[in-house]
Amino acid sequence: MVPVSAYLIVAIVLFGIGTVGVLISRNMIVMFMCIELMLNAANLALIAFSRSLEVMDGHAFVFLVLTVAAAEAAVGLAIVLAIYRNRETINIDRFSILKW
Amino acid sequence: MIDYTSAGIDFGLIAPEIALLVTAFVILLISSIRRLNAFPIYIAFIGLVVTLALSIQQWSNQESGFFGMISCDNFGIAFKILFSATSLLVLLLGYRYMIARGIDRPEYSALLLISTMGMMVMANTTDLVVMFLGLEIMSVPLYVMAGFARRSLRSNEAAIKYFMMGAFASAFLLMGIAFVYGASGTTELRRIVADISFISSRHGAYIYAGAALILVGFGFKVAAVPFHSWVPDVYEGAPTPVTAFFSVAPKAAGFAVMLRIFLFGFADLEILSDVFWVLSVLTMSVGNILALRQGNVKRLLAYSSIAHAGYIMVALAVGGEEAVSAAIFYLVAYTIFNLGGFAVVTLLETRSGCRSNFSELPGLAATHPYLSAILALFMLALGGFPPTVGFLGKFYLFAAAIKSGYIWLAVIGVMNSFLSVYYYLRVVKASYFETSDEPFTPVSYTPAIVAVLIITAVGTLGLGFFPQQLLEFSRSAIFAFL
Amino acid sequence: MEGTANSMSEYLSVLIFIFVGIGSVLFTFFLSRLIRPHNPYKEKSIPYECAELPIGDSWFKFNNRFYIFALMFVIFDVEVVFLFPWAVAFGELGLFALVEMIIFILILFFGLFYAWRKGALKWV
Repeated sequence: MVPVSAYLIVAIVLFGIGTVGVLISRNMIVMFMCIELMLNAANLALIAFSRSLEVMDGHAFVFLVLTVAAAEAAVGLAIVLAIYRNRETINIDRFSILKW
Repeated sequence: MIDYTSAGIDFGLIAPEIALLVTAFVILLISSIRRLNAFPIYIAFIGLVVTLALSIQQWSNQESGFFGMISCDNFGIAFKILFSATSLLVLLLGYRYMIARGIDRPEYSALLLISTMGMMVMANTTDLVVMFLGLEIMSVPLYVMAGFARRSLRSNEAAIKYFMMGAFASAFLLMGIAFVYGASGTTELRRIVADISFISSRHGAYIYAGAALILVGFGFKVAAVPFHSWVPDVYEGAPTPVTAFFSVAPKAAGFAVMLRIFLFGFADLEILSDVFWVLSVLTMSVGNILALRQGNVKRLLAYSSIAHAGYIMVALAVGGEEAVSAAIFYLVAYTIFNLGGFAVVTLLETRSGCRSNFSELPGLAATHPYLSAILALFMLALGGFPPTVGFLGKFYLFAAAIKSGYIWLAVIGVMNSFLSVYYYLRVVKASYFETSDEPFTPVSYTPAIVAVLIITAVGTLGLGFFPQQLLEFSRSAIFAFL
Repeated sequence: MEGTANSMSEYLSVLIFIFVGIGSVLFTFFLSRLIRPHNPYKEKSIPYECAELPIGDSWFKFNNRFYIFALMFVIFDVEVVFLFPWAVAFGELGLFALVEMIIFILILFFGLFYAWRKGALKWV
């Protein structure tokens, strides 16, 4: 059987890739995908822990997280669409009316 | 069959939440059946008053229910009362502004109500999963509200920045919860507390990593330095009533959860106190220093809200009953005078073409003596001047710190308060002593915003002179918490 | 011998299941043939790819409106996930869970109603 630490390492690597991606990417859609990657890394960790502890709570939690991720993605894409209609770009560098 | 009799299915425990949700649905239903021009503020108003009454009526009812997922204690109920009152005031102060900007859509009230419901869920649970769900129910409507002026580029920008930061923070929080779950096999804080010594001896690394990730997640939400960079942009770009809501309610909700998690759940992890010491000092100092050079009142209030998060974080570093009750006292007081300040800013910005820059303030005192006096009162309260409740809030916080031996933390806090007086007085100076060539466009009062101004001003001064009620409220709020 | 009889009856139930499955599909085809209008033209016989042209460069711009439908789909799709564990454990959950699930679906239905009334389902 694959030990739980192996799953955890994958989860942490995925989480790291997602974090770095959000920080360095300039495209909003790519930033989205990286955030989804982070959420799914957490899901993987939850499932792995749930399996190794033999408690089913973690599985239920993952369902909730999936729903939340879908709701967030919907709102986020709606915001991106609103922006695209107003200014025809989704490059975050162009957002400098308000300085960061 | 599952036995529901011992599960504590009692809808009385979540009556305020149900009231909010039903009101929001009624608003959406009415708005989708017929086209409405005025947004149904009356329905939202009635719903919030009912919610406030239901929350007050729950007071001193210590129960947990729904398989232990909801725990309705005084701590949570105190925050329920705070959130519904805040939401009510924000609804009133935003009414005219939303109409003037052409964004008076019924969805605004519905989103406000749903977000408030999420905060209530957050504050009234000891289960990390339910906290996460509450946080998301709170945040997702807030993302939409930040971008509510969808034709305005500024509002778009605020929405996307808030969304990105919020979703990023949620991911950290979730990973943290996953680690805590892995270490302890449960997400229920009561059970984590019960065997924390065993957990931290066996899975020390997991629990520390989990606590750190949860801290990062909530650090974003309450705008602690180094996770504060989104705050000024979002506060400036969002519609002003929404900013008023942002600056108080999500912050209070974040602190409610942080107090529960870090002072109750992870109370035995000793390094946390030092971490909060550093975070608190950083947050208040950076917030105050960056606020010094701002040229826009909304941006200034954004940095000031960062600094105030730093003051409240003193309670997290200190810990103990007195600090928690001081934190609740401060959160209530801060809500009152910060909402008051934003009410004045909203009133000024309702005039067309105004962005609440400092250059728009001269002439205010000459043409509107009462309004400028009230603005000055709120600025003095934010700076912590004696006759106001702002002074008492800071006094109780720093007194609690000194009693527990955190002398330096208190000294740095007091020095920061003195520093902050400088920029709050700049607002007063600009409205009283500076002159401008352009004539001051008069503001138009509405009964709703006058009511908000009176309530907040009376609260700021009245609680400053007679703090007894609020003190008792915040003391009994922590009954059975620690 | 008893075991063989049991497994035989199990195979029999699978067989019945297959026949009923195929039969219900054929029946619906037949039923729709009875009531649908008959109007064939050339575009109808090309492979279906969500109303986009299936032949040509794959790097073209999708219509913005697809996003709206995708969003709607994703939300309702994910909500349905909660139905599966509920259905599996339904025997143990009892009436209370049934009422809860009805409320949940009513809320979802309300969301769909709202989207429909606001014109989100219309291809404008």
